[in-house]
Amino acid sequence: MIRVDNLHKSFGGVKAVKGVSFTADDGKITGLLGPNGAGKSTTLRVLYTVLTPDSGTATIDGVDVVTDHQAARARIGSLPHDAGLYPHLTARENIAYYAKLYDMPGDTIDGAVQKVIDQLDIKDFADRRTKGFSQGQQTKVALARSLVHEPQNVLLDEPSNGLDVMATRSLRERIRELKNAGKCVLFSSHVMQEVAALCDEIVIIAAGQVALHDTIDGIRNATDCEDLEDAFVKAIEMVDPIAAQTA
Amino acid sequence: MKTIITVFMKEVVDNFRDRRTLMSALLMGPLFGPILFAFIINLSVKQSLSNANESLDLPVIGSEHAPNLMSYLESNNIVIVEGPESRSAAIDSVANGEHDVVVVIPETFGENLANMVPATIEVITDQANTQAERETRRATRALRSYGQELAAMRLTMRGVGPTIMRPLNVDEVDVSTPSGRSAILLGMLSYFFIFALLTGGMNLAIDSTAGERERGSLEPLLCLPVKRDHLIYGKILAACLFMAISLSLSLTCFHFTLKFMPLQELGMTPNFGPSAVIIAFLLLVPFALVGASLMTLVASFTKSFKEAQTWVSVVLLAPTMPILVVSILMVRPSTLLMFIPSLSQHLLLVGLIKNEPLNMLHVAVSVGGTLIVGALLTWVCARLYRREGLLG
Repeated sequence: MIRVDNLHKSFGGVKAVKGVSFTADDGKITGLLGPNGAGKSTTLRVLYTVLTPDSGTATIDGVDVVTDHQAARARIGSLPHDAGLYPHLTARENIAYYAKLYDMPGDTIDGAVQKVIDQLDIKDFADRRTKGFSQGQQTKVALARSLVHEPQNVLLDEPSNGLDVMATRSLRERIRELKNAGKCVLFSSHVMQEVAALCDEIVIIAAGQVALHDTIDGIRNATDCEDLEDAFVKAIEMVDPIAAQTA
Repeated sequence: MKTIITVFMKEVVDNFRDRRTLMSALLMGPLFGPILFAFIINLSVKQSLSNANESLDLPVIGSEHAPNLMSYLESNNIVIVEGPESRSAAIDSVANGEHDVVVVIPETFGENLANMVPATIEVITDQANTQAERETRRATRALRSYGQELAAMRLTMRGVGPTIMRPLNVDEVDVSTPSGRSAILLGMLSYFFIFALLTGGMNLAIDSTAGERERGSLEPLLCLPVKRDHLIYGKILAACLFMAISLSLSLTCFHFTLKFMPLQELGMTPNFGPSAVIIAFLLLVPFALVGASLMTLVASFTKSFKEAQTWVSVVLLAPTMPILVVSILMVRPSTLLMFIPSLSQHLLLVGLIKNEPLNMLHVAVSVGGTLIVGALLTWVCARLYRREGLLG
């Protein structure tokens, strides 16, 4: 379970996040939706502890990401913006490297790596060096890498970026499987349809603030829009009129 | 500890597969220095040796006025060639570089000689032309010794021993051993080795910081439940390993190329046998920690691989500074100097090549001092990795 409470973060003079609060429950997929530059990535980066918030708190399964960041990191699997694979290592070696750094017991690593390779359908290219992998292949390996230690909480930053239809579909299936396994999944996106197709709950962020936090039907009702895209734009308008015009 | 080993192993495997790192660590650094050195030495030895044996073509104006002198010169391996037609033409030809040196013998030469009046011989040369210097020196030396022979003959004819002309006998006693003489030339070797050492770990130091950031693999790495300090320690250690490999290759390579250098002909016998190679490795290898941490530190500040390469190249030059200053000031090794990394390695290596006994206190201070500086730089790197601005 991920809980974010009144988070603030600014870079220089720019306030990227201005008081974001929400909760993402176990066994649910929570979507972080917002236009570019709304503060989605910053929020996620605070959650996986690469950024320290200026104020406010965030906890992973009750563990504070600031005061106990190493323990918090151990509870999450994260897929940051870039896949960031090592081109000279094979897919399997990339995954195994992370497994070791997650401090998994040495004798369980091979099995765990093989398991995610099977689950994510990486078998065909598992023992090739990742140099020259397609975007879809890279994302799959990066996802496998972040799931190898079977984390309770999964953070995905715009995971479907650059993926084709087939790859996106298979990614969605994997995310649903995680949900069914009782995991807490939090992912960011700027595409309403994608979030609608997948999420149980949606947190709409604009201008560093939470505009709405509800289920899909709840958002339709609150904005009085049947069309999801209209609902999205209307929700953003409530906090950031300028961004809504360009969205 | 486990994290450090994991990161270390990964960096080693990763970089052994990277052609760029391998090229610089195992080929460029180790081979470049010794081969370049062998080439330069061979060339300069060949030149200085061949010059002594080669005949000198000497243009002479008025050679017909001094036939005895001419045959004396020819017996000294100097070939007399026809000079320009006049003295002024000779001056012009020397000034514009056509000839390096021209000897002018005036018509009155024979007459003056017979009358025991000092007979003038003009040697026209351009003092600013350093190339002509050696030929001029050879010509004047030959002329002077001819003069001395004439003087000796004149004295003998008058029944005076020629030694009366030599009240002093200045004899220089050169105490430098053949190994010692090598040190002057081989002193610059220490820089070649330090250079090889640094180039060996250069790509790795850049790749593990600026490279990781550029590739986007730094952020996921920092999301892992590991201490950032441990990540950087593993990376620096891996860079140290590559530096050590590069250094040992460079030393071994030099050991073998030395056999093809005509150093004996220069009166040098550097001490660089297998045991010296091992000692040199042990003396130099502590510098790897300084090099690896310094390069990692510099690369951590840069945004991209290319930018890092530019700045890290500056680090390649940094170790020359103390060596250069000390070479100019001709400072003798002292315990205090042993605290300065790169300089202490240089001084110890020069001593080793000179075949001087190792001063164990100096060795201890050098190794200890260098490792302390390395540890400090490593600590600064670790501090830097804790900043969130690291992601750029």
